[in-house]
Amino acid sequence: MTTTSEAGLSGAVETLDKPRHAPAGPVPTVRSDEDLPYRVVSSQVRLRARLADIWGSHELFVFLVRKELKVKYKSSVLGLLWSMLNPAVVLMVYYVVFKYVLKNPTPDFALYLFSGLLVWNLFSTVLPGSSSTIVANAGIVKKVAFPREILPLSQVGTGAVFLFFQTIVMALFLLGFQYSPDWTYTPVALFALVDLLVLTSACAIFLSAVNVYYRDVEHLVGVLLQAWFWGIPVVYNFNLVYVELLKHHLHWLLGLYLVDPVTPLILAFQRFFYGQVSVSNIPGYAHYQVLAGYPYHFFLEMLAAVLVASVLLLLGALRVFSRIEGNFAEEL
Amino acid sequence: MSVAIDIQGVSKRFRLYHQKYTSLKERMVHGGHVPFEEFWALEDVSAEIAAGQTLGILGRNGCGKSTLLKCIAGILQPTAGQVVVRGQLAAMLELGAGFQPELSGRDNIYLNGSLLGLSTKEIDRRFDEIVAFAELEQFIDNQVKYYSSGMYVRLGFSVAVSVEPDVLLVDEVLAVGDERFQMKCMDRIQQFQKDGRTIVVVSHSPDLMRDICDNVLVMDRGKVVTIAAAGEAIRVFRERLIESGFAPAPEQVAADGGEVDAGAGAPVEVVAAQRKVKLLSATPQYARQDERNYIESGEPISVRVDFEVAAPVSGVQFKITLLTEREAIVFTSTSAGAIEGMPLDPGRGSATFAFDSMTLLDGRFIATIEVRDSGGVVLDILDPGCHFEVMNPGRAKGLVGLPMRVTVNPPGAPEQADVVAAAR
Repeated sequence: MTTTSEAGLSGAVETLDKPRHAPAGPVPTVRSDEDLPYRVVSSQVRLRARLADIWGSHELFVFLVRKELKVKYKSSVLGLLWSMLNPAVVLMVYYVVFKYVLKNPTPDFALYLFSGLLVWNLFSTVLPGSSSTIVANAGIVKKVAFPREILPLSQVGTGAVFLFFQTIVMALFLLGFQYSPDWTYTPVALFALVDLLVLTSACAIFLSAVNVYYRDVEHLVGVLLQAWFWGIPVVYNFNLVYVELLKHHLHWLLGLYLVDPVTPLILAFQRFFYGQVSVSNIPGYAHYQVLAGYPYHFFLEMLAAVLVASVLLLLGALRVFSRIEGNFAEEL
Repeated sequence: MSVAIDIQGVSKRFRLYHQKYTSLKERMVHGGHVPFEEFWALEDVSAEIAAGQTLGILGRNGCGKSTLLKCIAGILQPTAGQVVVRGQLAAMLELGAGFQPELSGRDNIYLNGSLLGLSTKEIDRRFDEIVAFAELEQFIDNQVKYYSSGMYVRLGFSVAVSVEPDVLLVDEVLAVGDERFQMKCMDRIQQFQKDGRTIVVVSHSPDLMRDICDNVLVMDRGKVVTIAAAGEAIRVFRERLIESGFAPAPEQVAADGGEVDAGAGAPVEVVAAQRKVKLLSATPQYARQDERNYIESGEPISVRVDFEVAAPVSGVQFKITLLTEREAIVFTSTSAGAIEGMPLDPGRGSATFAFDSMTLLDGRFIATIEVRDSGGVVLDILDPGCHFEVMNPGRAKGLVGLPMRVTVNPPGAPEQADVVAAAR
């Protein structure tokens, strides 16, 4: 048995030339007689499989949200209480400023302002955070396999927790002012909440993926949000825009204004929390309209339209995400 | 035999950018065209890994072995082809990836565990075990940022192995912590093997492969060179290294570190055409060889190695390694001292390793021979050099026969002095 290195090499070539599949020919690639789950890693994975994957990681989602909260308030004495103190102080300031300094025809303007801000705060804190989340978590994205959609989604989850705390603050203030929300609009507000979460998730997933390739996105988002804030009726009254635009026959601009999917959500929240559509005892105004005087069913129709749009956006975002996700690990 | 991992024609293309333009402005300036080179890290890799098997992936740096592992894990998506993985999968690519320095060890176990696919209930159930394995009972509520690097990887490892996956992927992470912890890690890996789990190990250490792998896949420049039993594959790997002008550094196991000179672990260059000493054959020699093909345990045996010297060389060393058929190393020694400094002139010669008493017990054993020059450069390898069989006429079982006496003291009898000696 003279095994010189030359002989050994020819042996290697022999094994190389042997077709790899030959010995395993009779074994089917995927055996159906076993109940073990199997997973396919490929550049083409169906949306349903991805959604199932995401749902399968819901516990990871919870832990990531918890992590965000813990890290945010690490080594602070008050901890999570800050997430309520912060909006409470802001609401107080608004109250004082708009009651005594910047007089405003809208009664209880602070409450009006804050009911719109509930929606906007979620939207405007989650989007910048989720744009950078994949890049910020490069360490795990490169080394651990998990559905990466969980990262932007956990940002939405964190935002939802803060929204919850802000709502508590709002409720306390409503109690303090003995101010009752319009309870008949509870379903509308809940519907708007669902819309808000779906819409924010869609944007968050899309932005987080695109930001891996164009790091400008996270900065761009910040700028756009600042402009966007003045395109929605949070600080001013929806009615103001409505009347002015109609007066100048700018129907297309009004259409554009109403197409903004955030506007109906804000209107719905204001309608529920604030509730005063028009006021008649304001000096200088015979009849001052604060909120859009839309009927109940119109709110539901608007919100349904937003929901349809948001779901479509979400599906589109998931698709974009899955298309470019395969290269995250090398791009980071 | 069912297939746990089916790798079907997987290719992976990387784009190497000369300068990475990640901002919109830079992309606009370059008209959307960023200069890049295409680089195929994997080219049409196919393999089937049977359930319960331990497969090693062996190759030089940059041969695509880690990329393949990441494709199996689902961290990278292949450009073409697909991987079908059956059963729960856990990948140990980096220990403690995703640990949050600000969180306590406890929180990190939950976070990391759920990242690896454990449910909260499972983590609850295994929590104490994880902490005990990492030996961090005292520090589990401290923030991870205060951990030493050893504590960090220990925690990472014990979370990773607590997953108890059907398929475990390991990337060069077994060398963590101190020696005792490394042994615990190896024990755990072996336990996994006994449980019939499928393991894929990436390493460039052939000796680790020999220790734990059933089969080894050898890769070179993104392609599969061979998939074979560990010994055969390692031989192919070494041949490739020698062919391409690199030989593995002596003693990759670092068994005797004193022998390794500067640049230990790095491949030592050797030019194949200038191979000064060529090993021709190795033959076992023992009594009554013509009438039987085995020796009895305890009999003498010698292994004769014939070699050819192409160019004058001095200071060569011959090394013999005895292995079991399952590629576990039983014994390794060299001719150091015997012919040290002896100049070898061109021509044929032979070396003989004589064992006065072969105390190995039953089995078929492999002898592999290596020859190195004074600088430790491997000149040639015979792997396997030869086989021999040992029959054990006695009662002892195991690998090696050790001289032993038994003394039993019946109850009530005065204790004999030599019992104490025997117990030692």
